[in-house]
Amino acid sequence: MLDDKEVERLEVEAVNSAKTRQPLYTARKKVFPKRASGRFRQFKWLIMLVTLGIYYLTPWIRWDRGPYAPDQAVLLDIANRRFYFFAIEIWPQEFFYVAGLLVMAGIGLFLVTSTVGRAWCGYTCPQTVWVDLFLVVERAIEGDRNARIKLDGAPWSAGKLGKRVVKHAIWLAIAVATGGAWIFYFADAPTLLMDFVTGQAAAVAYITVAILTATTYVFGGLMREQVCTYMCPWPRIQAAMLDENSLTVTYNDWRGEPRSRHAKKAAAEGLSVGDCVDCNACVAVCPMGIDIRDGQQLECITCALCIDACDSVMDKIGKERGLISYATLADYQSNMAIATDPTTGTIEPKRVRDSAGKLNEGIAHFHIGRLFRLRTLVYAGAWSLIGVGLLVALFSRDRLDLNVLQDRNPQFVRLSDGSIRNGYTVKLLNMVPEPRTVTLSLEGLPDAVMTVVGMDGTESRTVEIQADPDKLKTVRVYVRQPREQAVEGQSFKFVVQDKSSSETDSYVANFNVPEAGK
Amino acid sequence: MSEKHIDELSGVETTGHEWDGIRELNNPMPRWWLWTFYATVIWAIFYTIAYPAWPMITRATTGVLGYSSRADVQTELAAAEAAKGAYVEAVTAKSVGEILADDNLRQFATSAGAAAFKVNCVQCHGSGAQGSPGFPNLNDDEWLWGGSIDQIYQTISHGVRFAGDEETHASEMPAFAEVLEPQQINEVAAYVASLSGKAETPDLVPAGAQVFADNCAACHGDDAKGNKELGAPDLSDAIALYASDQAAIAQQVRQPKHGVMPAWGARLGDVKVKELAVFVHSLGGGS
Repeated sequence: MLDDKEVERLEVEAVNSAKTRQPLYTARKKVFPKRASGRFRQFKWLIMLVTLGIYYLTPWIRWDRGPYAPDQAVLLDIANRRFYFFAIEIWPQEFFYVAGLLVMAGIGLFLVTSTVGRAWCGYTCPQTVWVDLFLVVERAIEGDRNARIKLDGAPWSAGKLGKRVVKHAIWLAIAVATGGAWIFYFADAPTLLMDFVTGQAAAVAYITVAILTATTYVFGGLMREQVCTYMCPWPRIQAAMLDENSLTVTYNDWRGEPRSRHAKKAAAEGLSVGDCVDCNACVAVCPMGIDIRDGQQLECITCALCIDACDSVMDKIGKERGLISYATLADYQSNMAIATDPTTGTIEPKRVRDSAGKLNEGIAHFHIGRLFRLRTLVYAGAWSLIGVGLLVALFSRDRLDLNVLQDRNPQFVRLSDGSIRNGYTVKLLNMVPEPRTVTLSLEGLPDAVMTVVGMDGTESRTVEIQADPDKLKTVRVYVRQPREQAVEGQSFKFVVQDKSSSETDSYVANFNVPEAGK
Repeated sequence: MSEKHIDELSGVETTGHEWDGIRELNNPMPRWWLWTFYATVIWAIFYTIAYPAWPMITRATTGVLGYSSRADVQTELAAAEAAKGAYVEAVTAKSVGEILADDNLRQFATSAGAAAFKVNCVQCHGSGAQGSPGFPNLNDDEWLWGGSIDQIYQTISHGVRFAGDEETHASEMPAFAEVLEPQQINEVAAYVASLSGKAETPDLVPAGAQVFADNCAACHGDDAKGNKELGAPDLSDAIALYASDQAAIAQQVRQPKHGVMPAWGARLGDVKVKELAVFVHSLGGGS
């Protein structure tokens, strides 16, 4: 089944393919990715919109926490050591939540990689998203692939200079906006923006924006695919994550080979012809400058644009889509075994299709069950377990906390009437942005009484303490016991309670006494 | 290197260096490395112009920015002093009693006093202010010269039996070896020990009570509760400045030891003394 329509062959070299890979000390060969269109391109536009939207807009979301806390929904308040995330407020000692999220992100990457390969690289990695954005600008100003190649090779002229200046200016503007958005996560966004433009912001804000502007511009505009190939460790790590059941962008040789420019002529001459018309569309759209038909490569970020390019060609020549597709290595290998002639060792299209052009029934196609295997289930299990653990910890955490440090020097004090006194530094953590009146009381040691430094000196077993909103309150407490009751090995509890919310926390403290007989 | 040598396998020129038949290829540096290198060279040139760098005969070049780490420290210290400024002013203006009543100011003075205490006071009173024989424990509720905030302030400021200060606490207990018979001294020592239940020779106690009433009650009081005006300690409680056994009491009657404390007002200034007074008062025994 052959086709009359001519498919234009693109003159393109896969500059970064293994066959032609440059030594490190030669200049980079530029990649001019052609615009692709199709399902995956649509999906990538959507992801770009969502990820960039999240990044740029999040700091501007407001969240009312009352008069004692900032009203920014997501805020890393490093100066005051607080992290606000919508209704959640995290103190430094609760940073394990963030550590837990990082562990989940790590396991999540394992899970995603073992199922759908380098989806992170191809769709959501900031490098990929920003390079995509920079390419949009480049295409808008300089045109698509051929125009850009032509412009690049043209001698300098006013027109070329103008285009280049505009392009780089827009890139720099995007880079400044990118660096600028970052700092808004660390301070009240509207205030900081005003301070920033009027030159009132802290030096660290300007330095941060400058550094991120430089990295965004250099990585997104100038270095592009080199960041992934030479700088990023993830392509190396992912090699350990993929297995034969992971989905990767695959050129299906068993269907495509032998490729032929002039399929009709070749078929007429009685040669066997595969589906690949060698149009190089897959190479032209590749932002990494590789040829997917060389097989799996370190450089491939699985952005799937070659699938879109190839699918549109297949549509044009009336073949089914999927010459380049997401496939697992296991499927690929079993299909290759069907397609390969055992005697000659070459791919025979006759073994794949019958004369009517129908695919052999033994050809394996991806089915959803492949996603559920021991490995992915273990990853998913570990990921959810940590997630559930964090949620349980989050919803059961204390918002009123008590810590007690006992004086060790001196361990005890003998008073003039012979009674024994111990000193404690009591730290009350009021972890909500509201002022609270809490009671601190003693539990155990029935004859013990306490006094609090700074309050009237009356002795009692319960005192009321005003706790400032969202603050640590430190009080010095002295606990006294008559000599006869103060014996070795005693312990008791400090109990703090918020009467209105009946939240409570306690701390077991020891009572030190002189050695017997002294 | 005499002549060019091209490596056959790679087609790359060698450096001409050879070790046991192994020749070093003269590959160019990777470009990223080269550009990084150039960038650091340019950075270094500007850096050595901007910042202190080149060693000269007496000192290094100062750099056009005039930066010095010492000036940085000075700035930070000045900023720290400035941050304390309002508090220090308030401490200067207010009496110790007023400082105590102001929650914020009390906390500031307590912290500042604790720091000053570690520098100036711990040598005698101990790092926990727990004292030692002859040096009073400042945590407890017995005070030789009074435990109110004003009295503590007065004592720290002018010292105890300190020759250089006219307002110092000057009173001393006479040496009773020249006044009392040795037997009377033993009797009164037994009586004083009995006040805190530690008499070793109870039969001497009644006679000792008489000796006490005749000789000691003038300063220590009829009930032996002491007199803070004179620095006469309370002899009836559980706390003793020196040892509390009968022989030690007798020795103290015969030939009393007297503690001396410098007048800190003249040395540290009024602000520090106020802070120290607030800190000592906060140790739990202040009245």
